[in-house]
Amino acid sequence: MHATAQTVSPISLRRRVTDHAMTGVAMLTVLLVLAPLVAIFGYLMYRGIGSINWAFLTQTPKPVGEAGGGMANAIVGSIFILGIASLIGVPFGVGAGVYLAEFGRNRFGSAIRFTADVLNGVPSIVIGIVGWSILVRGRGFSALAGGVALAIMMVPTISRTTEEMLLLVPTAMREAAYGLGIPRWRTTLSITLRTATSGVITGIMLAFARIAGETAPLLFTAFGNTFWNWKATQPTAALPLQIYVYANSPYDDWHRQAWAGSFVLIVLIVTAVAAVRYAVRRGSFGAA
Amino acid sequence: MTACALAVLAVLILIVYELISRSGLSWHAFGFKFFASSEWDPVSEKFGALPFIYGTLVSSLVALVIAVPLSVGVAVFTTEMCPKAFRGPLSFFVELLAAIPSVIYGLWAMFVLVPLLSTKVEPFLGKTLGWTGLFTGAPYGIGMLAAGIILAIMIIPIISSITREVLLVVPQQQREGVLALGATRWEMIRVGVLRNARAGILGGIILGLGRALGETMAVTMVIGNRPEIAKSLFAPGYTMASVLANEFSEATGDTYLSALIEIGLALFLVTIVVNALARLLVWSVTRGQPAKGSA
Repeated sequence: MHATAQTVSPISLRRRVTDHAMTGVAMLTVLLVLAPLVAIFGYLMYRGIGSINWAFLTQTPKPVGEAGGGMANAIVGSIFILGIASLIGVPFGVGAGVYLAEFGRNRFGSAIRFTADVLNGVPSIVIGIVGWSILVRGRGFSALAGGVALAIMMVPTISRTTEEMLLLVPTAMREAAYGLGIPRWRTTLSITLRTATSGVITGIMLAFARIAGETAPLLFTAFGNTFWNWKATQPTAALPLQIYVYANSPYDDWHRQAWAGSFVLIVLIVTAVAAVRYAVRRGSFGAA
Repeated sequence: MTACALAVLAVLILIVYELISRSGLSWHAFGFKFFASSEWDPVSEKFGALPFIYGTLVSSLVALVIAVPLSVGVAVFTTEMCPKAFRGPLSFFVELLAAIPSVIYGLWAMFVLVPLLSTKVEPFLGKTLGWTGLFTGAPYGIGMLAAGIILAIMIIPIISSITREVLLVVPQQQREGVLALGATRWEMIRVGVLRNARAGILGGIILGLGRALGETMAVTMVIGNRPEIAKSLFAPGYTMASVLANEFSEATGDTYLSALIEIGLALFLVTIVVNALARLLVWSVTRGQPAKGSA
């Protein structure tokens, strides 16, 4: 046989050019996506750091149009509302997640899982309206209503991540516990949940970071307040609300404070997210 | 535990019940005409939601037109092209975009994006693409285009992270097979990867759409808040979510309130349908794969 080795035809110029061009296009998209990120963070740093001062962190807002004052009550108010939200949202979220992972391998479990996903997609402004309708109408705006609205937004995220994390716990560990005669509920609490703690906390922190900057659900629930408030039944200031109001105002000094407030807010959130990533990297389940 | 699971169900039912019962007044007064009329006159209690529906759809559409190519490009780059060492940091940075609160996007858009649009981008677009009719009128900066751009920035992390997830489950053999047939890298990506992942990518896009439809604060801050239907993207508009944000706490009269809640109900129903569709698509692709942590 006369083997004129069929020479592999070289890839045509057109195909090679297309290949390189598309690589270039993909790189360009990365640059275009990172550009706003850099622009937003850069501008936030620039305006935020320049605008923050002692008064901003320690004083309450001055009357309309007057320069000076700060958002101390809004910072504390945010922490207050987020505390209420976590107190309600975390137990329900973790509970639902445990149910889904340990007892939810059935149709009802699937229904709950689907419900959680649907709830996750409900626009936050709609949650705000429902919060108003249930807790504010006839009673008045309150920190509690704001906390409940935010808790509703936390539950789906926490329950789905809790479920995912619990499912990573090897079945052999549960079986070992059963083998020792430990009842199922005790196994779930002391063995499964305990093993998955770092993952569950990750989910909680992610949900927390997500609601910390939410404004829309608070518009008609917590409402905002220019004074200190320590009662859960009274309207309460929140950082995102205050930023929104100040951004829409015509005063330069309020714009400055909106930037300062944004800076404080983003520092809180980024710290939380970074802490989560650090914990995940160190935790036993993050890598799975 | 069961009680907590039931609570999730109960909350959703409660949301549906509250929205339906509180919007009844407006439903009885206007019926289907509510969604076809563009008259929004609180003083004479005439309410039609068409301008808000239009604004929501158009701003989300503009966002998708911008965000989809960018997100898919980023996902393709991170999964198929970039050196392994950069993958983690790159996706982390893109997902950092998702951690920025809506109100901060709005603030940035008001003070940076809008001036940029009105002095540079819109005059340029008006000159070059004005003939399409989409880019005409005074370049105020504030308007549908600004809303679409800020929405695009906000939904890019959603679409790109889901696309990345979907691309990662395309079997490695698929890539090797196409390459072995003599394909270049791009041809391998197009034929071997993207074509296989299209349902999942579509799911990611629809999930991004769901987010864009319901997004409130950033849009409210830059869209101009005028209930008008204009062809030009430079013109101010109004969305369903932003009319709620602006008018709900000031609504006087039961019909007004009820009309606003009906808009909320419509928004809720649309996002549910959109999200369910998206989940179904993503699930059909990633089914059988181990669940990945979203952190």
